[in-house]
Amino acid sequence: MSWLLTLLFRRLPIGWLQLTHSRGRFIAAVSGVAFANLLVFMQLGIMGAMNTSTVAPYSLIRTDIILSSEDGNTLTDAGHIPRARMFQALGVPGVATAMPLYIGNLPFTLEDGSSVSLLSFGVDIAKPGFTSADIAADLDQLSIENTALLDKGTRGMPDFVIKGLEAGTRYSFETGGNTLTTIGTMDIGGGFLADGMLVMSDQTFLRVFPKRSSGAPNHILIQTEDGVSTDTVITRLQAALPGGNLRIQSVEGSADNDLTFMATERPTGIIFGFGVFMGILVGLVIVYQVLSTDVADHLREYATFKAMGYGHRFFLGIVFEEAIILAIFGFVPGLLVSMGLYAGLVAATGLPVAMQVSRAFLVFLGTLIACSLSGAIATRRLANADPADLF
Amino acid sequence: MPDAPIKTLGLNHFFGSGDARKQAMFDINMDITRGSLTILMGPSGSGKTTLLTLIGCLRDVQDGSVQVLGQEVRGASEAMLVSLRRRLGFIFQAHNLHESLTATQNVLMGLQVHGGGDPVRQRTAAHHILDLLGLADRRDYLPGNLSGGQKQRVAVARALVSNPEIILADEPTAALDKESGHNVVKMLKTLGDKRGTTTVMVTHDPRILEMADRIITLEDGRIVSDTHP
Repeated sequence: MSWLLTLLFRRLPIGWLQLTHSRGRFIAAVSGVAFANLLVFMQLGIMGAMNTSTVAPYSLIRTDIILSSEDGNTLTDAGHIPRARMFQALGVPGVATAMPLYIGNLPFTLEDGSSVSLLSFGVDIAKPGFTSADIAADLDQLSIENTALLDKGTRGMPDFVIKGLEAGTRYSFETGGNTLTTIGTMDIGGGFLADGMLVMSDQTFLRVFPKRSSGAPNHILIQTEDGVSTDTVITRLQAALPGGNLRIQSVEGSADNDLTFMATERPTGIIFGFGVFMGILVGLVIVYQVLSTDVADHLREYATFKAMGYGHRFFLGIVFEEAIILAIFGFVPGLLVSMGLYAGLVAATGLPVAMQVSRAFLVFLGTLIACSLSGAIATRRLANADPADLF
Repeated sequence: MPDAPIKTLGLNHFFGSGDARKQAMFDINMDITRGSLTILMGPSGSGKTTLLTLIGCLRDVQDGSVQVLGQEVRGASEAMLVSLRRRLGFIFQAHNLHESLTATQNVLMGLQVHGGGDPVRQRTAAHHILDLLGLADRRDYLPGNLSGGQKQRVAVARALVSNPEIILADEPTAALDKESGHNVVKMLKTLGDKRGTTTVMVTHDPRILEMADRIITLEDGRIVSDTHP
C-alpha cells in the first residue's frame, strides 16, 4: 500500500503512514467519520421516505395533466372540482380523454380493535388507460359492487389477509354500513399519508363515501393526443377554462408541488428538513474534530518539516491525503451500518426507507469536501506560526 | 558564494508583548566565515538557541539584520524563507524525528524537500549516510524503537543528506557517547574542509571545543567573548 501511494504521490505517503501508525487512533478517527456519515444517512433516509411516500400514489395513475381545485394541497389532500370541467376540457383540441378521480380516507377497525386508515381511490373502470398496468389488469373485477384492491404494504393488516388475497382468498370487512370485499392486491407501499391504500370503482367509492357526490371529484385526469405537447395543451386549457380556483398542472409538476408542500408547509416535512440540517451540522463538527485533532497531534512534526523547507502546499497535500483516506474508510462502514438500520426501519414502520446511489454518492462527496476543508482550516495555525514556536 | 554566509548586524530580539515584553538578544554582530566550525556557548537562557533559530529562518527577525547566504532574512517573503531553509541543514535539540516514519524515510524527507528526483538513488543516498553514522542495521526502525543516541544520529543524517551549505546544530552530541559524538563533529569538520560547509553549533560539550575554529560565548543575550582557539 505504502509503495503504491509513494508512486501515486511521488513522495512518501506521510498521511497514510501517520494515520496507520497508531491503530487505535486510526480506528477512532474512522469511527468518527463513519458515525458522521451514519447520522446524515439516517436523516436523509427519513426525509427520502417522506418524499417517496408523498409521490407513491402517483404510481397508481397514468396521466399527462391533472386538473384540481386551487384550495387543495396535494394529490391526496385535495379539494373538490366540478365534473362539468371535464366536459369543458374534452372540447379543447389536443385532449384525448379524461377521467374523474375520487379520493377519500377510509377509517377501518380491525377485528382486534385497532384501527387503520386506508387512502381510497375511486376510478372509472371503463378507462383502464388511467391506472397503472397491474391495476388496469384487475380493473374489470372491480365492476362487481363493493369490491376493492388492497395495497400489499398496508400497515397493521393481519398477515393472513395479504397472504390470503395473494392466494385468491377474498377478505371482507364492514365499513359504515357497507361490506367491502378486497379481491386482490397491488404494490404501492405504506408511508406517512395513510396506513394503506385501496383502489375501487367510482360506483363503489360513492357507496362507501355516501357524502361524496359524483359531480364533485377531487381531480380530473387528462391524457393528451399523441404528438401534442403537454405544455401546449395546458396553455390551451388555461385559455378555455377561465376563472380562478382551478389548478392545471402536468403530472410531474403536480408531484413536484406535492414534495415542496410536504417539505415546507407540513410540520413533519419541516422537522425532517431540520433533522437533515442538524445531521449535516453535527457530522461536520465531528469530521472537523477528527481532522483538527490529527493535525494538532502532528503539529510538532509538521513544524519540523516546515523548518526543513517544506511549504504550505506540502502540508495541504498531507491533510488532503488524510481526508481522502478517512472519507473512504469512514464511508464504507457508515454506508453498511446505515443500510442495516434502513432495513430495521422498514421492518418496524413499513416506511419506504431505501438507499439511493445518488444519496450515497452525495454523502461521500460531502464527507470528502468536509474532511479536506477541515484539514485545510486546521493547518492554518501552522502557516501563521514560526516553526521555532511549535517544537 | 559570499565569504560570510552568515552575518548579523545590530540584532535584537524580544519575547512576549506589552508589559511582559522582555529583550532576549542585545546588539548581536557577527560574521561567520565560510567553511568554518563555530561553537556557540553560554549558560542556559543566554539566547544560543534563539540566535540559532533566527539564523535558521525559523523565527521572525524583529530588529536588526540577519543575512544568510547573501540574503536578508528580515522581512523576507515566505517563499524566500522556504527556499533559504532548503539550503540549510538544521539539527534539532530534541531530534524532532517523525514518529510514523522509519529512519530511512525520515532521512528521505531531507531529500524530497527539493522535489522530484529518482527514488532509487534517493534511497541509496539515505542508506549511505545512515551507514556512515553507524546505523546500517537500524535503517528500517521507527524512531520509537531507537535509542536517544540513534535518534540523534538519524536527525544528523536527515540534516546532512542533501548537502546543505550551512549546518545549524542545536546540541547535536548531547545524547551521544564520546565516540559517536566525536565522529559526528569530525564529519561536520570534514564537510567544512572539503565542501566549504559552514557549521554553527550550540553545545555544552567540552569534549568538542578543541575542534572548533571559533568559539562565541553568550550571556544574557550578549556576546561576552569571541575567540579563535
